[in-house]
Amino acid sequence: MLHNITIKAGGSEKDYWKDLWLNRQLLLILSKRDISVRYKQTLLGVAWSVLRPLMTMTVMVFVFSYLAKIKSDPGIPYPLMVLSGLTIWTFFANTFTQISNSILINSNLVSKVYFPRLLMPLSSIAVGFVDFLIAFGIFLFLTAVFQHPLSINLIYLPFFVLLTFTTSLGFGLFFAVLNVRFRDIGQLIPFMVQVGMYACPVAYSSTLAQGTWFEKYYNLNPLVGIIDGFRWCLLGDKAYFNPASLISTAIISTVVLGLSLIYFRKKENSFVDHI
Amino acid sequence: MSVIVAENISKKYIIDHQRKNGSSSLKDIVSDKFDNIFKSKTQNDSSKEEFWALKDVSFKIDQGDRIGIVGHNGAGKSTLLKILSRITEPSTGEIRIQGRIASLLEVGTGFHPELTGRENIFLNGAILGMAKSEIKQSFDAIVDFAGVEKFLDTPVKRYSSGMYVRLGFAIAAHLNPEILIVDEVLAVGDTEFQKKCLGKMRDVSESGRTLLFVSHNLTAIQALCNKSFYFEKGRLIDQGDTTHIVTNYLSKVSHKSLEKHWDHIHDAPGNDEVRIKSFKLTPDFQDNLSHIDVRTPVDFEFEFWNMVEGANLNLSMHLYTFTGECIFNVGTPSQAFGKGLVKGVCQLPGNFLNDGSYVVSMMIVKDTSTVLYNMEEALIFDIEDYRENVTWYGKWPGYIRPQLNFSIQQSEHLVND
Repeated sequence: MLHNITIKAGGSEKDYWKDLWLNRQLLLILSKRDISVRYKQTLLGVAWSVLRPLMTMTVMVFVFSYLAKIKSDPGIPYPLMVLSGLTIWTFFANTFTQISNSILINSNLVSKVYFPRLLMPLSSIAVGFVDFLIAFGIFLFLTAVFQHPLSINLIYLPFFVLLTFTTSLGFGLFFAVLNVRFRDIGQLIPFMVQVGMYACPVAYSSTLAQGTWFEKYYNLNPLVGIIDGFRWCLLGDKAYFNPASLISTAIISTVVLGLSLIYFRKKENSFVDHI
Repeated sequence: MSVIVAENISKKYIIDHQRKNGSSSLKDIVSDKFDNIFKSKTQNDSSKEEFWALKDVSFKIDQGDRIGIVGHNGAGKSTLLKILSRITEPSTGEIRIQGRIASLLEVGTGFHPELTGRENIFLNGAILGMAKSEIKQSFDAIVDFAGVEKFLDTPVKRYSSGMYVRLGFAIAAHLNPEILIVDEVLAVGDTEFQKKCLGKMRDVSESGRTLLFVSHNLTAIQALCNKSFYFEKGRLIDQGDTTHIVTNYLSKVSHKSLEKHWDHIHDAPGNDEVRIKSFKLTPDFQDNLSHIDVRTPVDFEFEFWNMVEGANLNLSMHLYTFTGECIFNVGTPSQAFGKGLVKGVCQLPGNFLNDGSYVVSMMIVKDTSTVLYNMEEALIFDIEDYRENVTWYGKWPGYIRPQLNFSIQQSEHLVND
């Protein structure tokens, strides 16, 4: 808590980031709260985090590989391709959804106590990250089952995780603000996530988009570069990855995050008036 | 030294008469846009109205001041606290605050029902701005104050509402701010606990820290605060010594309309048999008092037109608490009246009702069984608290506070040998 403050209209205090840093313990505690609340009162508890990706993968393998006969990149087992894409896509989708809902979910706090509001979207990432780690563990287990060698590219993995995080924060913050103002957004988000999964190379390889008329638009999707890159880290050079696609990813993610932060900061002091 | 300086703060809300709550759906916005194309400008403007929850409020608070904030509901008290706590920002104006500030606008903010008492102490403490080390240090004292040792590892959703509130207050009580803001938290919890809370707040104020306290409990404000602010319709209309402000506030409160009156028989409420002329509450002020407190006797005077010759009528009066429980029902004997005005008086003695808000309804009954006319919520009035020679300021329990013959004496002396 800062000691000397000035309150005024539109007063984005210059000490905002310092205040945010001073409140880092609260960030930890809110994250811990979300994680421990998540599985209380569920019969299977943490097992859900294991079951969900496995079941989704099984369904996708059946539908896309067995029924629709979609091919994976040569030399890569289809289940591994799906699971790697699914792991990073789910991380994005979960954090994006949770960030978008973070202000509304914590509306009891927003209306009763002050802290930098950015703590709420930031803390809501924790649950998605834990799920990501579990899904990642399952993936490692399955590579052993399929006897697929791990690649040295793995050292680039944290970079792609960080990029996913930045992207979801950028888009999530924007929708978090809109969600406070317009409750319709809450309905729209699951739909966007559902459509988004088909727009991204999760169940298929992005080589399928090569040579088509929409290829250049396809690569504008910041997640295409991320998912391809993530897969390349896990499965090695046999997986298709065009590093050039990361350029659009980096530009779009940074610009979106910057704009969203400005928008969020501009609106955060009046959240309570709309809750 | 001034720790809080507020200059010309105002807070504006736009009330949109088309919508019921603050959030709107995209559909509203889109359909509004369409409507606007076809509607004239003036029509559209009439649906939106500016509302100033606070208007040009300026004040200074010195270190160690204990400020009580009084005013009716909607006077702007809570808005001021919200602005000071940085929950919402003012539309105009500026406030400078020096010192660590903690605000307690609710007991147990952010408690999560699924988490245990122990987990919630850390969660709530952190939300209120305590460092983890501070919480650890005060942990035992908090548990002790709240009296929840046995239930520390039980989810708070299994707590009784009393335990929940006690735990919430206990955490807040162990905050160590230089400026403490408290909003009406004493309205909850049992008497025993309220006593504890007031004691704790007195400790805070006596240790030289600055306190801002909003409450409808004027006795508590008088006991705790040296200065007071009086808000009315978003403006700070008076500030100064608490006794002065409270007296001023109370005298304005009692001048609310305590009379209903109709001059002409044709627009008076009623029917073909009876019509009400007036209903009035007259306090019998003693000791130059200008407001009704628990000692004040009051008269209810009632007048009506009887339009049926020889009707057998009686008056019946119900007195309710503000929450709707009936405290008593009294009636006059029934007798025959000719056409014309009839009046009655009911005298309510002093030292009878407890402090609080009361609602009176009046009924005209024919032949002791048929209700001719029932005037519900005919009058609403407040009785303020008054105590002498006590050091306890919690809410006095009960609906009535009669003075009964109640004596106490030593009946035997123990003789030491």
